[in-house]
Amino acid sequence: MANLKTTDKKSTSQSMGMHTELLTGRTQQKFFNPSEAENFFYFGTYDVDFNKRTELDVKEMTAPEVNKEIDNLMSKGFGTIVIKNPQGKHSLGVGILNKLNLIFEGSLGYFGMGSCDGPTVRINGRVGWSCAENLMAGKVVIEKNAGSCFGAAIRGGDLICKGSVGARTGIDMKGGTIIVGGDAGAFTGFMMQRGRIIILGDVGINLGDSMYDGTIFIGGKIGSFGSDAVPADLTVSDQDWLKRKLKVAEIGEKFDVSKMTKIVSGKKLWNYDNLEPAEKKGAI
Amino acid sequence: MCGIAGLIYKDKSVNIGTQLQAMLQALKHRGEDSTGYALYGDTDGKNFIMRFKVGENVGEGSSSVNEETSVYDERIKIVNAHILSMGAKIIKEERILPYSLRYEVSYDEKDLRDFSRKIESVPGVEILSMGKSLEVIKDLGNAKDVCDRYNLDKIVGTHAIGHARMATESGVDIKSAHPFWGYPFSDVSVVHNGQLTNYWNNRRMLENEGMRFMSECDSELIAVYLAKKLRDGATLEEGMRDSLKGLDGVFTYFVATKDSLGMAKDTMAAKPLVLYESDNLIAMGSEEIAIRAILPQEIDTYDPYDGEVKVWQI
Repeated sequence: MANLKTTDKKSTSQSMGMHTELLTGRTQQKFFNPSEAENFFYFGTYDVDFNKRTELDVKEMTAPEVNKEIDNLMSKGFGTIVIKNPQGKHSLGVGILNKLNLIFEGSLGYFGMGSCDGPTVRINGRVGWSCAENLMAGKVVIEKNAGSCFGAAIRGGDLICKGSVGARTGIDMKGGTIIVGGDAGAFTGFMMQRGRIIILGDVGINLGDSMYDGTIFIGGKIGSFGSDAVPADLTVSDQDWLKRKLKVAEIGEKFDVSKMTKIVSGKKLWNYDNLEPAEKKGAI
Repeated sequence: MCGIAGLIYKDKSVNIGTQLQAMLQALKHRGEDSTGYALYGDTDGKNFIMRFKVGENVGEGSSSVNEETSVYDERIKIVNAHILSMGAKIIKEERILPYSLRYEVSYDEKDLRDFSRKIESVPGVEILSMGKSLEVIKDLGNAKDVCDRYNLDKIVGTHAIGHARMATESGVDIKSAHPFWGYPFSDVSVVHNGQLTNYWNNRRMLENEGMRFMSECDSELIAVYLAKKLRDGATLEEGMRDSLKGLDGVFTYFVATKDSLGMAKDTMAAKPLVLYESDNLIAMGSEEIAIRAILPQEIDTYDPYDGEVKVWQI
């Protein structure tokens, strides 16, 4: 067995109730050291100038052609790209790994903005299923409604929908924040592991079903709680964070956050031992 | 995977075949084993339109057995004799393809069960639809293939539902393709995207109560289930709401009647649906690109929620 070292130090996120487990052993998170920046190369990224702006009409283009052209424009230093006529095409804007101002003048289909790490995106329309799946960092704002599996498995960043979203919002999410101005469907926060979800409107049945960890804040009515999702006290710290987050997101700034319901994992189904991988490695 | 699409105009008739073709063709990546249309055309409402098949398409990819055209000819002769024996009269007879026919039939009885049973007693014959407005056309291939093969671009009407199929639960053939007629009810049709897990339990129960199944496709259960509810006196919407409890699995389905269009979504909202609603047009499909095929301008759409049932009337 590996020589495991336990730390009792509580992080800010732990003190806010985002997660409670103590990170130990070889599986504890290693964060990037800024002093090593000059040695660090992130494949597929470009130096872009936000003041360098261009427009791209994609009406007659396929999704791979659009994504390739966005990459091409970034390689030429364009830091602000406006996409015209997306017309509900699937898989647009996926895999962008650097800072970029990206604006869609219209609606996206399924899997829009998937697996991105860093861009700031505004979609002046609606999005289909699985918007911003696996988002690592950045900010994605949707002006209208979104489909199901909104923000599935995101690990970081802010995902904001000003309208309503479908079912399974934040399914399997592992970090980041999802903010919804309207209502959300069934199984919101299904199997979420970390991160936070804010829904200002109503939610459907089975809220937070089988959630491991993380926090959900609901402003409206709750259809029903899912397995192992339980209400928790809304602290002053929570309220401060909610106000700040809603202001930054430019959504529900005047919303009375003190009346929101906070939901966390009851940890009865919880079996998420972060030592397990290290132990397995030791056994091998 | 499968894709479904539907539209209804409340205040006018359009070239409904062309519009549904565009919507379904946009969904062809969801499956192009077969494509089906349920078109509600403008008619004088006097005669029944009967779409039926006397054999299967045995083209590439088909799971059906090849038969001689002479076998089809013989079946047609028997069908014609049965129609006359039931006191009905064939007003117009079109053989669209060797195995696919369209008849206009004058028949005074409201109950189509005896009539349908008689026709379908001929081995290999299946009525795809019967109604004063409804015409179900389904065949192998994508939406454009089927539209071209049957000249559907000429059909003018108010509403329609359709299905692009990726065969998973049953064979690649016309009998398993959607839409399904709500036998024996005139002008009722159903398309479905999803899987039903209590198909056999429901089927056994419904067959014991005299309902008819023509395929082993789980989706047919929805049409039969709703037909049973209608037979028991429920309204279409009541039947659809009841189906959320009676059908187990994941599903989004559309139902259409002579003057209405409805949608229902299972309680887990596991299957997709995007909906556009305006004062005079409702358009919906498994993906937004289906709606964009007929409405390229920027529009507001949304996903209906779990357990939602909606019905629109003309």
